[in-house]
Amino acid sequence: MTNLKISKTSKTYGALEVVSDVSFEVAPGERVALLGHNGAGKTTLIRMILGLTPLTSGSIEVMGHAPGSSIARRSIGYLPESVAFQGALSGREQLHHFARLKGVSTNKADDLLERVGLAHAANRKIRTYSKGMRQRVGLAQAILGKPELALLDEPTSGLDPVSRHEFYDIVRELSDAGTAVLLSSHALTELETRTDRIAIMSKGKLVANADLATLRKQAAMPISVKITTTSKDVDRVAADLGGARVNGQIVEMTCLQDQKMATLNRLATLGEMITDVELSPPSLEELYRKISTSDLEVK
Amino acid sequence: MGAFYVMQMELLVARRNMWVTTAVVLMSLFSLVLTLAGGATAGSLGVDPLTVAATSITTLSVYLVPLIALLLAFDAIAGEIERGTLALNLAYPLSRAQILLGKFVAHFLVLAFAVAVGLALSTLLVISQYGLADLSFMPLIRLFFTSLALGATFLGIGYAVSASVRQPGVASGVVIIIWLVLVVLYDLSLLGVLVADNGGVFTTTFFPYFLVANPADAFRLLNMPDVAVDALTSGLNATGPVAGTWGLLVSLLGWPIVSLLGAWLVFRKVEP
Repeated sequence: MTNLKISKTSKTYGALEVVSDVSFEVAPGERVALLGHNGAGKTTLIRMILGLTPLTSGSIEVMGHAPGSSIARRSIGYLPESVAFQGALSGREQLHHFARLKGVSTNKADDLLERVGLAHAANRKIRTYSKGMRQRVGLAQAILGKPELALLDEPTSGLDPVSRHEFYDIVRELSDAGTAVLLSSHALTELETRTDRIAIMSKGKLVANADLATLRKQAAMPISVKITTTSKDVDRVAADLGGARVNGQIVEMTCLQDQKMATLNRLATLGEMITDVELSPPSLEELYRKISTSDLEVK
Repeated sequence: MGAFYVMQMELLVARRNMWVTTAVVLMSLFSLVLTLAGGATAGSLGVDPLTVAATSITTLSVYLVPLIALLLAFDAIAGEIERGTLALNLAYPLSRAQILLGKFVAHFLVLAFAVAVGLALSTLLVISQYGLADLSFMPLIRLFFTSLALGATFLGIGYAVSASVRQPGVASGVVIIIWLVLVVLYDLSLLGVLVADNGGVFTTTFFPYFLVANPADAFRLLNMPDVAVDALTSGLNATGPVAGTWGLLVSLLGWPIVSLLGAWLVFRKVEP
């Protein structure tokens, strides 16, 4: 049994189809990134998983149970996109409240405050917290009681780079302990190395659902190659490889994934003329742009 | 259990946001002032001083209790929607009924505490002026419980508004208008129609129902000394079962149930 199973789920508001025939699963310990433009249907999908919005058709199962059912709710940890909490309460009071609702001991809540780096500010009013600190309270409540499924909506917005790093460490601990993690984000570069699978939604449809290597292969986006030559040979190298000369030393060209080794072999034959080579595979951002704007489907 | 935790947190929030202090100070201040003002006439008329105090406080409570209740309630759901905590709360194993019940009990306790402190201070003042002998506590006890019923009605109205308009700013405006209409304008328009009707069908047939149907008026009539009620109803030739104590009690105790049920029905439809 997977922790989250979405089958042929659609949601329409009148004539508008916000989510259209989406199916995918998140297994225990798996970290899946959900990407998409604003209005692509990510938030609606998350709300349906939570049982806040009824489905028009299809089905969603959380630990084998219907969204919004008592067992489904007990299994989910949720971090909303923007949550403000009660400014009049301290971080500790707020988290203790959530712990009681989840039936988790308040000692565990205190441990979590320490884990997310809020121990020093735990007794201050949330009103005085920075956005990053509030986001940490949000994360702490989402992972209270080790949920089977963590739904994290834009979890790193408002966090500085160090905090983001700490955040993904916590997500990793969570998934290592068996939690299925579904997180949506706009910060694409940080997701590349930190998720197991990437699901992309576009205009309500799921257009991609695969790991990064598969996405790269199927999107067939060229790898960019930057060659540094000795200055006297730059024109010859450019002509030989069919690349473009950028300045007195550098030639740039592109090649597809399956031509990568052939290209490297040809570069090797040029010997002393070449002093350095830099290969950049398409970034997740470029992949995302291509997949979400074309009719390509990668599953 | 969920409702209990919600109540606990709402009580803490009400204390932190100074709602408790504000409500207690308002009720105490006005109760004491009116007791002092009413006391001036008590001695010469030979009426029980606590009854006089209760009557004076009634004229104030009929405005103040609904106002405090609406102010406690208007943010309850709209505020959660705005902060994004409603979606979060509903992701927890917590039903809407539990959320509403928890908030209601907390706000009800705040209101009850404020009314109790106000009445207790008034009682102490009367005792210090007249001594303990021959005091009748019944009007005070009646005032306390009827105030709570009146407050509960307006808490329910406040939640219903809060859930329908979704924005705290708009909700606060709407509850003030509702307060003005139900507590002030309702009576004025009844009076206007009475004058225009000049003892016709409206005065004899419909007026008692209209009077009793408004919980604020039912509250006022229940807490006025019998003489006043008799004068009001018989003078208008409107005696009948509806304006009797039972009719008033049904109105006063029925409205809290209706308004809270209404709030729950509206809240149930809210998509966070």
